[in-house]
Amino acid sequence: MKLIILNDYDQASEWAAKYIRNKILLFKPGADRYFTLGLPTGSTPLGCYKKLIEYYKKGEISFQYVKTFNMDEYVGLPRDHPESYHSFMWNNFFKHIDIKAENTHILDGNAANLQDECQAFEDKIKAAGGIELFVGGIGPDGHIAFNEPGSSLVSRTRVKTLARDTILANARFFDGDLSKVPTMALTVGVGTVMDAKEVMILITGAHKAFALYKAIEEGVNHMWTVSAFQQHPQTVFVCDEDATLELRVKTVKYFKGEAESKTHDAHMDLLKHSGCIESLKLHYGLVDNASLIIAVKTQIVENVDFCIIVC
Amino acid sequence: MTGNVAPEDLWVREGRILDPEKLFFDEQGYADKRVDCGGNIIAPGFIDVQINGGYGIDFSQASEDVSGGISFVGKKILEHGVTSFCPTLVTSPPAVYHKVPHLQSYKIFELFSFQLTVSKRSSHNEAVLFQVLPNIKVYNGGPHGAGVLGFHLEGPFISVEKRGAHPEHCLRTFKYGGLQDLMEAYGSLDNVAMVTLAPELAKSQSVVQELCQRGITVSLGHSVANLSQAEEAVQHGASFITHLFNAMLPFHHRDPGIVGLLTSDQIPAGRTVYYGMIADGIHTNPAALRIAHRAHPLGLVLVTDAITAMGLPPGRHTLGQQVIEIQGLHAYVAGTTTLCGSIATMDMCVRHFKHASGCSVEEALEAASLHPAQLLGISNRKGKLDFGSDADLVFLDDALNIQATYISGEEVWRK
Repeated sequence: MKLIILNDYDQASEWAAKYIRNKILLFKPGADRYFTLGLPTGSTPLGCYKKLIEYYKKGEISFQYVKTFNMDEYVGLPRDHPESYHSFMWNNFFKHIDIKAENTHILDGNAANLQDECQAFEDKIKAAGGIELFVGGIGPDGHIAFNEPGSSLVSRTRVKTLARDTILANARFFDGDLSKVPTMALTVGVGTVMDAKEVMILITGAHKAFALYKAIEEGVNHMWTVSAFQQHPQTVFVCDEDATLELRVKTVKYFKGEAESKTHDAHMDLLKHSGCIESLKLHYGLVDNASLIIAVKTQIVENVDFCIIVC
Repeated sequence: MTGNVAPEDLWVREGRILDPEKLFFDEQGYADKRVDCGGNIIAPGFIDVQINGGYGIDFSQASEDVSGGISFVGKKILEHGVTSFCPTLVTSPPAVYHKVPHLQSYKIFELFSFQLTVSKRSSHNEAVLFQVLPNIKVYNGGPHGAGVLGFHLEGPFISVEKRGAHPEHCLRTFKYGGLQDLMEAYGSLDNVAMVTLAPELAKSQSVVQELCQRGITVSLGHSVANLSQAEEAVQHGASFITHLFNAMLPFHHRDPGIVGLLTSDQIPAGRTVYYGMIADGIHTNPAALRIAHRAHPLGLVLVTDAITAMGLPPGRHTLGQQVIEIQGLHAYVAGTTTLCGSIATMDMCVRHFKHASGCSVEEALEAASLHPAQLLGISNRKGKLDFGSDADLVFLDDALNIQATYISGEEVWRK
């Protein structure tokens, strides 16, 4: 696991957006080779989406050959309801970029047969070749997507009843009226996200601090389903200072220090192999040195990786 | 509730505003054509419910080519952002409204005076009778010009004391208190969107009801009614006040008159009384405009009350049966100091209203689009940028100058 600690929400959003952008660029997607991206909803990823839209508008990235799979959707909420996750994705992301509608996949909470809808979603992910990068958030109770405490850590896409905590947390989007909040949702399972090649979890704010502590400093536990990612080979947790408030000072110092030292090593390596930086950039069709460094990494050494992207 | 200006894309299909989210998820569709509006404000097209003519055309002046005259003005007002309008007829002799069905003694007199007027201007010996009302139908706007929503008949059932520029010999009263009065005066109520009358006239209340039942908006104006008479008319269905403050009794603290409708507690629940304001800086003192706006902001409807001379250079011109004189931005009954209409354009009125009242951009734009649409009961398709509304649009810069006008999604004028 890598833990990236940024100063505040905006910096964390920017880091995450750059990471997604660079991953897509490095992948070099095309008509025969789509980049599959898992996406979350909620207030945490809003800043990240804004940044990605900015990069698209600047011409740094295209979503033409990107396929997206959202984590969840409410059951029984009309698709055009302002609080549905379809509306969220449209208003906050899809309508501002060049993604094709047929490449976006969001679970249909109004499907005639919800079980079939869930199975079909799993099949679509498989048909797309699996997910390259699954981006997610974390609930105050440590859940990933709607995998509430007690969810199986090998679960697949299914119908879930929402926990009281989640309904309370969501009430603010429904005029504070608890009776208006949906009680069920379709969600990808913990196992579904674990199947992704890489997972990035965004965690910002002091109210998520305890969940982050449980997720990374305690053991793998189905009461804090995000902890399952301790057993995933490639996970990045991106957070702001506030989210680290419940972590041990030692943990925070370790990861901050690691970032610094790896950045230093990366610079040394780059200097060693600098040669023709510009032609390397050209070869990979990259826009800045940050993305170049990833390219350098894949050519040369294995352990000088994520931190470099920050530069 | 006032809307707000937000940075968004507007989608149009088949002349209507389209929901892009539905297009994306249901049809997996995209834009066939993109128009860069350069950061302009897109607002619903303006609706002018009181306009007597312009550019030399006088709607109340029967002529050989009535529909040509209305179309001509309709095309020109696209430049002011107006996409729909109600051509207004001031008090006129019966022959202007319809073919005189049979000759009665008093009607012969009126007929002859009309004929005399005609022969004074032309050298023809025979009387040539032209009508206005039967020659125009409601029609949609397009590249040919703004759409006609129906006539606004301002008179002849108005008060003699408050007739303003209307000719006294053409005024009428209600003999029967019903449809027959209207038929005798107008001949037909087809293609009529609004009628202005004075509610203190005897037997007027049943006429108000008769008109409202036909879906015609009833407006109170050119009247000396007190507040109770006005309230009674509203209870019978009247919903508009013709150019507030002008041609009515002034506000008095013990009898506010028609002006009192703005804050009356006798308005039936769920109904709004709208009021026309000529915001040209001349017909109403800005302080009075502010009082009205602050008292009842959601009812304010901007109207031009534009006359023949709008768009023309200074000098003498004809309005109905009267002659008028232009001096700068003022238009007077020739030889007097009685105002007889304005020559301000709708976009000028929007800018002046915003400046004088200090209101927001949204409020200024809604007073020229949403409120008139609500008044006429057509807000389900006009006056808004809701999904499904007709795509009648106006592009404005931040100073509210018109940059382009669209009707049914088609560009019909560009600066």
